[in-house]
Amino acid sequence: MNIYVIMKRTFDTEEKIQIDNGEVVEDGAEFIINPYDEYAVEEAIVLRDEHGGEVTVVTAGDEEAEKELRTALAMGADKAVLLENEEIEDGDTFTTQALLAAYFKDKEVDVILGGNVAVDGGSGQVGPRLADQLGINHVTSITSIKIENGTASIEKDVEGDQMMLEVQLPVLVTAQQGLNEPRYPSLPGIMKAKKKPLETLDLDDLDLDEDDAEPKTKTVDRFLPPEKQAGKIIEGGTDDQVQELVHLLKTEAKVV
Amino acid sequence: MSRYLVVAEMKDGAFRNVSYEAVAAAKKVDSGAEVTALAVGDSTEGADALLHHGADKVLTVTNDKLRDYTPEAWTQVLMAAIEQEDPDGIVMGHTAIGRDITPKIASRLGSGLVSDVVDIEEDAVFIRPIYSGKAFEKVKVNEGKTFFTIRPNNIPTLEKDTGRSGSVEELQVDIKDLQTVIKDVVKNTTSGVDLSEASIIVAGGRGLKGEENFKILDELAGVLNGAVGASRGACDAEYCDYALQIGQTGKVVTPDLYIAVGISGAIQHVAGMSNSKVIVAINKDPEAEIFQIADYGIVGDLFDIVPKLTEEFKKAVVS
Repeated sequence: MNIYVIMKRTFDTEEKIQIDNGEVVEDGAEFIINPYDEYAVEEAIVLRDEHGGEVTVVTAGDEEAEKELRTALAMGADKAVLLENEEIEDGDTFTTQALLAAYFKDKEVDVILGGNVAVDGGSGQVGPRLADQLGINHVTSITSIKIENGTASIEKDVEGDQMMLEVQLPVLVTAQQGLNEPRYPSLPGIMKAKKKPLETLDLDDLDLDEDDAEPKTKTVDRFLPPEKQAGKIIEGGTDDQVQELVHLLKTEAKVV
Repeated sequence: MSRYLVVAEMKDGAFRNVSYEAVAAAKKVDSGAEVTALAVGDSTEGADALLHHGADKVLTVTNDKLRDYTPEAWTQVLMAAIEQEDPDGIVMGHTAIGRDITPKIASRLGSGLVSDVVDIEEDAVFIRPIYSGKAFEKVKVNEGKTFFTIRPNNIPTLEKDTGRSGSVEELQVDIKDLQTVIKDVVKNTTSGVDLSEASIIVAGGRGLKGEENFKILDELAGVLNGAVGASRGACDAEYCDYALQIGQTGKVVTPDLYIAVGISGAIQHVAGMSNSKVIVAINKDPEAEIFQIADYGIVGDLFDIVPKLTEEFKKAVVS
């Protein structure tokens, strides 16, 4: 099977965010594979081990993202592709769609996996956008996938409910938490990853005009929410504390 | 005058509140906008409610093939409506269906899409959370349709006016070539109140010490007509299903009241709930980080406090 994973390099979820002049400060921050994409990488490896074939991990980003691609290779992916997006300033989800669609247009695909959402931008758009560009089915937010005779049996999270469905390959799916427990790269895995192919493609290589990837939206500012002040600690015996809390929620906060 | 299409969603026989919020959002971008609400489902009875909440016109697409959501069926319906109405803007709730369908439609239209909007400023500047609410960005649309989804519970609905009227028309769509076969839908939500739309959430952490103890949260949430959530710690410890997880991985919620029970307040959890309007923390550790962001805190044994709180709320709700 030809299995692909679309993934993104993101801030570590433990990082605090700082903003300077409307831009997020990246200096010194730890980066990781977007956690939802990590589930996708894991599932891709499991599917390959069961059905044979190859796992290719693809990301759109700058050369820094090679590190996260190598991590995916160390987990067990076979090949990596970096689609350089530096030529397009302030790209948005449409830009990423254009880059990925250009890359995939001549590829034979059985399954594409991605994360349900990236923990930085948080739009969750790129998966369904790409599936539409390729004219293939998509299922978002999956918690289980089994493939047999060209049919994928999938469990999908719908706001807490589980939907069971079947769909023909090729299909693009996005991973929800609960899909699996991603493995840590092993030491031999890390050694092997250094020798695995990592291809870098720019707009020319993709035969893509800058105009066709220009963003449709523009971020004009970024800001931090007002810092929450520590509130009131309610003292006293449990009965008094509980009465006081309900009283405050009713009369002061007016939320019940 | 701009024209907006609002995609309304039904759940359990009624429109979701976020659909009314979406009508209000369209009018917030342009107060003079003419808003057409598109009601989609296997039944679209009661579509007048969309008029009462500010829509100027309603289009209904009623079809058995729309009973369970499939991207193919919804794409055909939405593209037919967009073709007929040729709107300047499209709005939908950032719900499971909204998240799934709007990027596909944006791809079809070759347009941008601003997802998960929590507020709208003058000149169509959209505010949306990034890094799961650790920060926010302001976004403008460069070109094409003004297409956005709104996070439930953030943009107030317009005042309901049952005297408002308008046309309700059926849009005929020949839905065909469905690829996705729905086998079954299993309802998991404990309280029946959806986390992302709940106005009150009671969330538990490792302090609950076990799966069976989550029932005291169910009882408290039940009295408040709220939903139950959890921290990653509680989910990792298998006290509850990952569907309940709130945080940077998991759901991001903004209820009116968030009661954090036995949750330490790790940064990845706080990212998912810190924009709640009022936060209550109950924890035995006075040094717990969660108290730094809580409006009200009680230091003590949750197994003592929570049942008493449930009883107290029962009295308060009755009185």
